[in-house]
Amino acid sequence: MITDDGMLVPDNEMHLQFRSVSENEAFARVAVAAFVSQLDPTMEELTELKTAVSEAVTNAIIHGYENTYGEVRVSCAIWNGVVEIEIEDDGKGIEDVELARQPLWTSRPELERSGMGITIMESFVDELMIESAPGRGTRIRMRKTIASSTKPIGQA
Amino acid sequence: MTGITKVRSLSTVAFETLGSGGKGVFTMPVETTVVDGILLVRLAGELDHHAVESIRQDIETGLESVRHRGLVLSFRGIDFMDSSGLGLILGRYRSVKEHKGRMALCEVNTTLSKLFELSGILKILPVFESEQAAILALKEA
Ligand SMILES: Nc1ncnc2c1ncn2[C@@H]1O[C@H](COP(=O)(O)OP(=O)(O)OP(=O)(O)O)[C@@H](O)[C@H]1O
Ligand SMILES: [Mg+2]
Repeated sequence: MITDDGMLVPDNEMHLQFRSVSENEAFARVAVAAFVSQLDPTMEELTELKTAVSEAVTNAIIHGYENTYGEVRVSCAIWNGVVEIEIEDDGKGIEDVELARQPLWTSRPELERSGMGITIMESFVDELMIESAPGRGTRIRMRKTIASSTKPIGQA
Repeated sequence: MTGITKVRSLSTVAFETLGSGGKGVFTMPVETTVVDGILLVRLAGELDHHAVESIRQDIETGLESVRHRGLVLSFRGIDFMDSSGLGLILGRYRSVKEHKGRMALCEVNTTLSKLFELSGILKILPVFESEQAAILALKEA
C-alpha cells in the first residue's frame, strides 16, 4: 500500500527477535502462522509456511549458532496477498550455498540431520533466496502467494 | 520464584491460544508397546528438532528390549513434522538395519506423505494403513 506521504509499504508487517534455543522453533512457526491467518490461508498453505519457517529457524539454531547463544530474527510482511518471510542469524554462515541447496547434503550427519531442510523450504514456498557468507551469518528470504487473498489488508 | 512460575504459565496459555490445540508443545509424549516381539511407537504432537532430541533415546531403549527385531512407527497423533522427523526415521532405519531387523510406517496423512516422498523414505520403507497391518507384515517377514 501507499502511505499518505507517498511511501510504498507492506499492507502489514511484524518482527520477532529471540534466543537460539530449540523451544523457539515452535514459537516462531506458530507466531508466523497466527500472523498469516489474516489472509485466510488454507490449512495446506499454513502447514507449508509453518514447515518452511521451522526449517529455517532450526538451521539457524543448529548450524548457524551450533547450539550456542545467539539471536534469531524473523520478519514477516504481507504485500497484496503475498507473504514475505525473512529468517536471519549472525552465526557461522554457509561456505557453499549451491552445495547446501542439494537434496540430502548435510554438514552434520552425526546429528541425524537428513539434508532435506532447504529442499523442503524450496518445495513449500514460491521463491527462496539464501544470502550467506562464512562468519557473517545467514539470511533466508521466502515468498508465497496465498491464493484466497484477493484484497489488501486494511481496506474495506 | 512465584514470578517465574507465573511467566511460564502465561506463555503456555499464549501458545495454546495461538493454535497448537493445547497438545504437547513443550512435551512430546511417545507411547511404546511391544506386540509379538515388535516395538510399536505411537508418535504424537509436534515432531521438530526440539521434540526429537528426547524421543530418540526412548525409541532406542525400546528397540533394545526387542533386540532390534522389528519397529513400527505410527504417525496417527502427529500434528506437525519437519526434517527433524525425517532424520529420526532415517536414524532408526539405520539402527534397525544394522541389527538385521525390519521396520515399517503407518497411519501417514497426505502432508506427511509429501515429506516422505521428497526425502525418498517411501522408496526404502513400507507404509501401511493401520498398525495391525504393519505389525502383521513385519511378523511374517
Ligand atoms: N543458518 C545456517 N547457518 C549455517 N549453515 C547453514 C544454515 N542453514 C543451512 N546451513 C548449511 O546447509 C546445509 C543444508 O541445510 P538443510 O537444512 O538442507 O539440511 P540439514 O539441516 O543439514 O538437515 P535437515 O534439515 O534435513 O535436518 C546444512 O547441513 C548446513 O551445513
Ligand atoms: Mg535443516
